[in-house]
Amino acid sequence: MKFDRRSETSRPVVGFFLDGKPSQGLAGDTLMTAILTQDGYLRRNEFDGGKRAGFCLMGACQDCVVSVEGRGRLPACTTYLEPGMRIVRP
Amino acid sequence: MTVAIVGSGPAGTRAAEVLVRAGLRPVVIDEAPDNGGRIYQRQPPGFQRAGKQLYGFEAGKAAALHACFDDLRERIDYRPRTLVWNIRPDGLNTYGDGRYGEVAFDQVILCTGAMDRVVPLPGWTLPGVTTLGGAQIALKGQGCAIGKRVVFVGSGPLIYLVAWQYARAGVAVTVLDTSGFTAKARQLAGLLRGGGTFMKGLHYIAWLRLHGVRIFEGATPVAIEGGEEVAGISFRDASGRARRLLCDAVGMGWGLKPETQLADLAGVPFDYDAGQQLWLPRRDAAGRSPVAHVFLAGDGARIAGADVAELAGTRAALAVLETLGIPTEASVLARLDAAIARHAAFRRALDNAFPYPAALAAAVPDETILCRCEAITAGELRRAARETAMPPAPEVNRAKAFTRIGMGRCQGRVCGPAGAEILAAALGCTVADVGRLRGQPPVKPVPILAERAVA
Repeated sequence: MKFDRRSETSRPVVGFFLDGKPSQGLAGDTLMTAILTQDGYLRRNEFDGGKRAGFCLMGACQDCVVSVEGRGRLPACTTYLEPGMRIVRP
Repeated sequence: MTVAIVGSGPAGTRAAEVLVRAGLRPVVIDEAPDNGGRIYQRQPPGFQRAGKQLYGFEAGKAAALHACFDDLRERIDYRPRTLVWNIRPDGLNTYGDGRYGEVAFDQVILCTGAMDRVVPLPGWTLPGVTTLGGAQIALKGQGCAIGKRVVFVGSGPLIYLVAWQYARAGVAVTVLDTSGFTAKARQLAGLLRGGGTFMKGLHYIAWLRLHGVRIFEGATPVAIEGGEEVAGISFRDASGRARRLLCDAVGMGWGLKPETQLADLAGVPFDYDAGQQLWLPRRDAAGRSPVAHVFLAGDGARIAGADVAELAGTRAALAVLETLGIPTEASVLARLDAAIARHAAFRRALDNAFPYPAALAAAVPDETILCRCEAITAGELRRAARETAMPPAPEVNRAKAFTRIGMGRCQGRVCGPAGAEILAAALGCTVADVGRLRGQPPVKPVPILAERAVA
């Protein structure tokens, strides 16, 4: 599973780091979009270790929380990507 | 005199409009980075799509609401990206942009909106599964589909709208509608009262059929399949035949449920609504709750859709003005009240045409995860109801204490409705009998911050 960009693909490229690896998203991407367009999960559940990739996309279910260096834990679905962000998948 | 409005969707925007016109400067707080709510979610700066492409038939309404908000913006104290995580009799506790805050208020209008109501299925935690609303937000807010071959499962008006939006975006879609044709046909008279809304629904369905999209009415989902991500979905069709579809994503949802946590913390009493199969905060037709300073409007109080939310936001703000002794026009109030009442008949028919599949929820297999947050299974909840070593859990809050179902990060938002059905079935009582999960602050996770930097 990957998010599939259907439109709005001519936006400027934004560089960031995903688990230490240089990656690229587009300006206006949420962290969720930036991650799921290249790799199919956002976090591992603390209890069963299973891969998770969010669920509600509106900040309610908390199943998309990722760590951003200097910013702490943030919901990937409602946080916008910023240049140079260092995102770590829990 | 401070009036606080929580939420800047259709209800919150219209409430703010009324207060500003009366010369007040309300505080408008929204957790989201932008206004419009989820229904009229605005796309980020730099996106180019036209309103028609984003909102379809509702483009005019979305544009009007956005224009209304933009016009108010300098005349309200607007605080986006701010979570209200607790409410006290005289103030709100907030968190946003890395800081805690407090907002004192004399009156508060809660326009907290809604989220999808779901039924857990085996495999529903796999990457690739989202809510119907989530699938729509991905497309509307980000121009992304949740996959290349998407199956939508559930019922309610949203499933056909989302399927239509995805199909028009060029995504291969299939619809598994768990409500049968007869349940809908039986509500025809009531649905026709919806007029344009009902016709739009028929349009989506007709368009999907015309474009070869497969729709299985009366389907029963069995499991979402896949190892580490979605690979397919198995289900029984209306004739009971076992079927399987290959897909890389699934959108699921059975209508919406209101976000009532703040109303709960404010002390508003709740009643079980058999029509919506939900516990709803008590309020009168104008949106006054029994708690003197608390008003409720929009889908956060009762699911009625965006059109009603706009009316209810206006009405609740007028009720606030009445409370403050600011004159309002009786004819305006009467017109609003009549319009809100007209919509109610259509909503009742919709609730009946697309009921929450209580039997499906009650029958979630024992080994299926019920609580996504902490990976707790339906079987563990059933054991808590039947446990002989300790007194069985007679209602949802005791069951929560025994099993942690509803105690995770989402605070029972996701598992709540299905958990109540499972517990009621295990205890042999009604879902109203097992009660309602009590809210706790913070209503969403907030970090524990150090008071000052440690040298």
